[in-house]
Amino acid sequence: MTDSAPTPAASAQAAPTLAVATVADRIRRRVLEHTLRNNGGYLSQACSAAEILATLYLRVMRLGPSQGPAVPRPFAGVPSAANPDAFTGADYNGPKHPDLDRFIFSPVHYALVLYSLLIELGRLGPDALEQFNQDGSTVELIGAEHSPGHEVTAGSLGQALSQAGGIALARRLRGERGRVWVFMSDGEFQEGQTWEAFAALAHHRIGNLGVYIDANAQQCDGAMADVMTIEPLAERLRAFGAEVHEVDGHDPDALAAPARARLRLAGDPRVQASDETPRQPPVDALGQTESQPPEPAAVPTAVPAIGPTAGPATGPAAEPAAADRPLVVIARTDPCRGIDLLRARAPKLHFLRFKSADEHDAYEDLLEHWQDDAS
Amino acid sequence: MIETVTRPHRANLIRFGEQHPAALVLGADLTSSCEADGFRDRYPERFFSFGMAEQNMLGFAAGLAREGFLPYIHTFAVFITRRPFDQLAMSIGYPNLPVRLIGFLPGITTPGGVTHQAIDDIALLRAIPNMTILEAGDATEVESMLDCAQAIDGPVYVRQLRGEVPRLFPADEPLRLGQARVLSQGPEPDLAVISSGICTEEAMRAVPALQAQGVSVTHLHVSTLKPFDDPQLIDAIAQARHGAIAIENHSVIGGLGSALAEQLAEQGIGKRLLRLGLRDTYAHGASKPYLMREYGLDALALVRAAERLIGASLDIDADHLAEVDVENGSQPLAKADKSEDL
Ligand SMILES: Cc1ncc(C[n+]2csc(CCOP(=O)(O)OP(=O)(O)O)c2C)c(N)n1
Repeated sequence: MTDSAPTPAASAQAAPTLAVATVADRIRRRVLEHTLRNNGGYLSQACSAAEILATLYLRVMRLGPSQGPAVPRPFAGVPSAANPDAFTGADYNGPKHPDLDRFIFSPVHYALVLYSLLIELGRLGPDALEQFNQDGSTVELIGAEHSPGHEVTAGSLGQALSQAGGIALARRLRGERGRVWVFMSDGEFQEGQTWEAFAALAHHRIGNLGVYIDANAQQCDGAMADVMTIEPLAERLRAFGAEVHEVDGHDPDALAAPARARLRLAGDPRVQASDETPRQPPVDALGQTESQPPEPAAVPTAVPAIGPTAGPATGPAAEPAAADRPLVVIARTDPCRGIDLLRARAPKLHFLRFKSADEHDAYEDLLEHWQDDAS
Repeated sequence: MIETVTRPHRANLIRFGEQHPAALVLGADLTSSCEADGFRDRYPERFFSFGMAEQNMLGFAAGLAREGFLPYIHTFAVFITRRPFDQLAMSIGYPNLPVRLIGFLPGITTPGGVTHQAIDDIALLRAIPNMTILEAGDATEVESMLDCAQAIDGPVYVRQLRGEVPRLFPADEPLRLGQARVLSQGPEPDLAVISSGICTEEAMRAVPALQAQGVSVTHLHVSTLKPFDDPQLIDAIAQARHGAIAIENHSVIGGLGSALAEQLAEQGIGKRLLRLGLRDTYAHGASKPYLMREYGLDALALVRAAERLIGASLDIDADHLAEVDVENGSQPLAKADKSEDL
């Protein structure tokens, strides 16, 4: 492998937009490499989601350093009272801490995109993908809660948001300042449970939860508009009580802005009131960004009280305070971004299975010349 | 060598659609993954896309069936049986509606991991009154399913196979509702092997190896899991000196082994029954051959169970079983499955 995780110095010096863009480019390259090695796979998901996930990790979430081993552990059995060896892949997202955020990864067929990102951030060793989709490995094609970066078992889609809601509610009940960030695919908005979850998030005024949606407008059978439309998504979500932003899903500034605005609104010490433009967070010696729990001294006394800002709803509910609405960022994305070869396959982009040796060679060629394209 | 058929359901569904104008296909964003794309393209006016919304799709199927149509649901087995279980029981099962549920990727036939592996579907659906449950063991049975289901007055769940499917049974001997296939009949049998689904191919490897070691085996293949009243099964077990082994691509709770145990107990047949299947555990994502080995659903596991039952160790190892391989299709199949849409 010729490229490696960005060095701390490189990330620290890079302009904020470049850092996300560089990581996103490397994610696409790595996903392409392993899609070829695997003779097929979920490639368009890297095209659409690379900037969203990179922005979340680099500019939105406050996570501690990875607690997971650089070489992923093999599968150690399913969770049960009789199996003390079962483990979680969430430790790659840092320790659990009241002031740290949590990341819930819902469309787990995007797993390879997340693994690649974790490698670029130095949270996972550079060779971790040697185990990708191998028998007995946790670096599964479709991730489960033992897979690096995964906290819940979400492959039956549309179930993770409700669980994230429960986690966010628990955090609020405990008075924690850390937030819950959920990454979802647009296909998940066809499941009724997603809408039940939004109803409950709004009803219980769960404002410490944010959702980023990869709105790539495609799914297994083709274009979502042909399979079962979810539009107008923003209006539907607003009608359910969410604060909704529609942004260019490949623009890191646009992606980060709503989250940072919400942090300011909620009086989060991570962003100052005067901080109008999102800044690249400081990079620590481990190459992690926004990774350390704040020093105890830095915690202001005006910690938001337990419970929603507006207090529990009784009787006819008053309008929830702005900071108590679930935050949604609809990231409008291009499922072929960075890999134009894919366009020939539209509208069926969900899973790449090479149709001919020629097609395979074309992708192989793209990978070989990737370095040139990127520089 | 045994023939391997590519996408037998796909072609059969198109044929069936031509003969049955009331047949509709309903899909939940897995149309080609469930080999319904041919039907969709041939009869677009009879194909309905519901997106990834299984509960709702089952409700629509119920409504259509109440109006005299014959809805054929196509999605993965897990997404028919787990997520919309209540809709299945109340909207379809209770009114005994002729909805046909074609569920793909049974058990550990998918590397998609725990969320994609239907290891409890038979158990769940056996508990639904009015439900008929069929499971395909080869291409002939895959091709039999639609005609067989058509004759049933009520909901039918089909545990279906896709992709490259071996033809173990003659093409002109289709599945017959409620009737097991006798694949091997030993004289004064030492044991009975009762297999279903993809485990039948495994049993067909193990049985000749057992017989070569002087163990007399009666082997039956089951494709109707409910109703479960074929007297051949209990008779075969009653006659087996040491008892029986059930082997299935499902949890040992609630599937073929459980159904046999219930029958044996009710009829007072005092024979041992070893149940091979997932031993009350979830699985994980890996290739089919790997998982069959890991969870003891393969030919070697069957041989070991036979040793336990007869109380003697047999000189049979994995190499020996490879020699009696019934077909060379397993490797390509595993590979095809790994690169399939999930
Ligand atoms: C409940 C459920 N139904 C069906 C599936 C099978 N499935 C996997 S991904 C997917 C939809 C793909 O659309 P989307 O989630 O938007 O992802 P993208 O195509 O953008 O990768 C489906 C139907 C599933 N995983 N879970």
